[in-house]
Amino acid sequence: MDDDSEQVSDATPVDLKKVYEESNIQEVLDQLEKELVGLRPVKDRIREIAALLLIDKLREQVQLSAQSPSLHMCFTGNPGTGKTTVAMRMAEILHRLGYVRQGHVVAVTRDDLVGQYIGHTAPKTREVLKKAMGGVLFIDEAYYLYKPENERDYGAESIEILLQVMENQRDDLVVILAGYKDRMDKFFQSNPGMSSRIAHHIDFPDYSAEELLQIAKLMMAKLNYRFSPDGEKAFADYIEKRMQMPNFANARSIRNALDRARLRQANRLFASHGKALTRKDLVTLEPEDILASRVFAQQPEQ
Amino acid sequence: MRITQGQFSFLPDLTDEQITSQIQYMLKNNWAVNVEYTDDPHPRNTYWEMWGMPMFDLKDPAGIMMEIRECRSTYPNLYIRVTAFDSSRGWETPRMSFIVNRPPDEPGFGLVRQEQSGRHIHYTIHSYATDKPEGSRYR
Repeated sequence: MDDDSEQVSDATPVDLKKVYEESNIQEVLDQLEKELVGLRPVKDRIREIAALLLIDKLREQVQLSAQSPSLHMCFTGNPGTGKTTVAMRMAEILHRLGYVRQGHVVAVTRDDLVGQYIGHTAPKTREVLKKAMGGVLFIDEAYYLYKPENERDYGAESIEILLQVMENQRDDLVVILAGYKDRMDKFFQSNPGMSSRIAHHIDFPDYSAEELLQIAKLMMAKLNYRFSPDGEKAFADYIEKRMQMPNFANARSIRNALDRARLRQANRLFASHGKALTRKDLVTLEPEDILASRVFAQQPEQ
Repeated sequence: MRITQGQFSFLPDLTDEQITSQIQYMLKNNWAVNVEYTDDPHPRNTYWEMWGMPMFDLKDPAGIMMEIRECRSTYPNLYIRVTAFDSSRGWETPRMSFIVNRPPDEPGFGLVRQEQSGRHIHYTIHSYATDKPEGSRYR
């Protein structure tokens, strides 16, 4: 009670370091740096947002800022560029800074929000919103919520409820929309209310071939596998070729390619009956595991 | 007459902040939380109307507080309670239940004496509110 009536002079010292250390935010940022290859612009934006929130906390201590900042975000980018992973980290950052109370992520798509008949949508959307409260609601491919070709589509009802909660219960919930850039832009054009309530638009760039190889090695290390030197070269080739093909989904394609390479490796080991196997054989992916891929087979035809 | 049912009913009415922390406790224990309302204050009236579906898998009380506020604005003059149901084996029963909203004016109960054969008397209580038909009590 006494604190409120106290006047805070301009000379009041603020302890940025203390707030910074208390929030342990560096730990999350370091983890982000370590676990996610590339994505420079994304990391910079997240650092900026984290800094802004930290300063806002400080300002609050000296009774400067009154309004809680709008934290709703929009992640755009091609598939497999790490939008979901970054959303998880974002939830953690917001939790450490005290902007969301629980720090969990509820990931949903249109199916979870929009009902199938009249009167089904509102309770369904509200249920999801209630589950996400205190954390982050991650709406993947959010533009499917709005279907302009069908004016009786229930998606609009869902958007309306979403907007209402996004506006009125900012302290309880942070909404992150995700999807392809062009479609998301179209979605915002037709839903100006949504666009104006989202403060941070972050664009996820595609990965370069080197970054993808680095990602592959990271994934392999997590699964206790590694490439033989020739295997690595073969995989670098594979990435180059795969990137030219349709339906390339960045890191997700790499993950799938590795899964298939593991399958072939297991098959190769299984077929080599007579040979004595060592631990090294079990963890190493050889070029033949990778070169057997469909990607290489199709090349001569084109 | 202030009715005293469920937990905390001998205390002053809980503030929203206190309700929030009670709900936090329910969620911590993984209980499903209901919001219920009624206009019949008789202590043996166990089954109240449900406000929406029971809420499972919530992490934060904010969602339940939202439902409570909405129920209050729809039925400002009725009794509203929050119940936590424990589904774990061996319990399978409400573990917590307390009133979060009550009518501004509670008329209370009258004692009814029923004459029986041989000068026996049976006693029962009767809520004055229920003299009026359902829906028009507490206006």
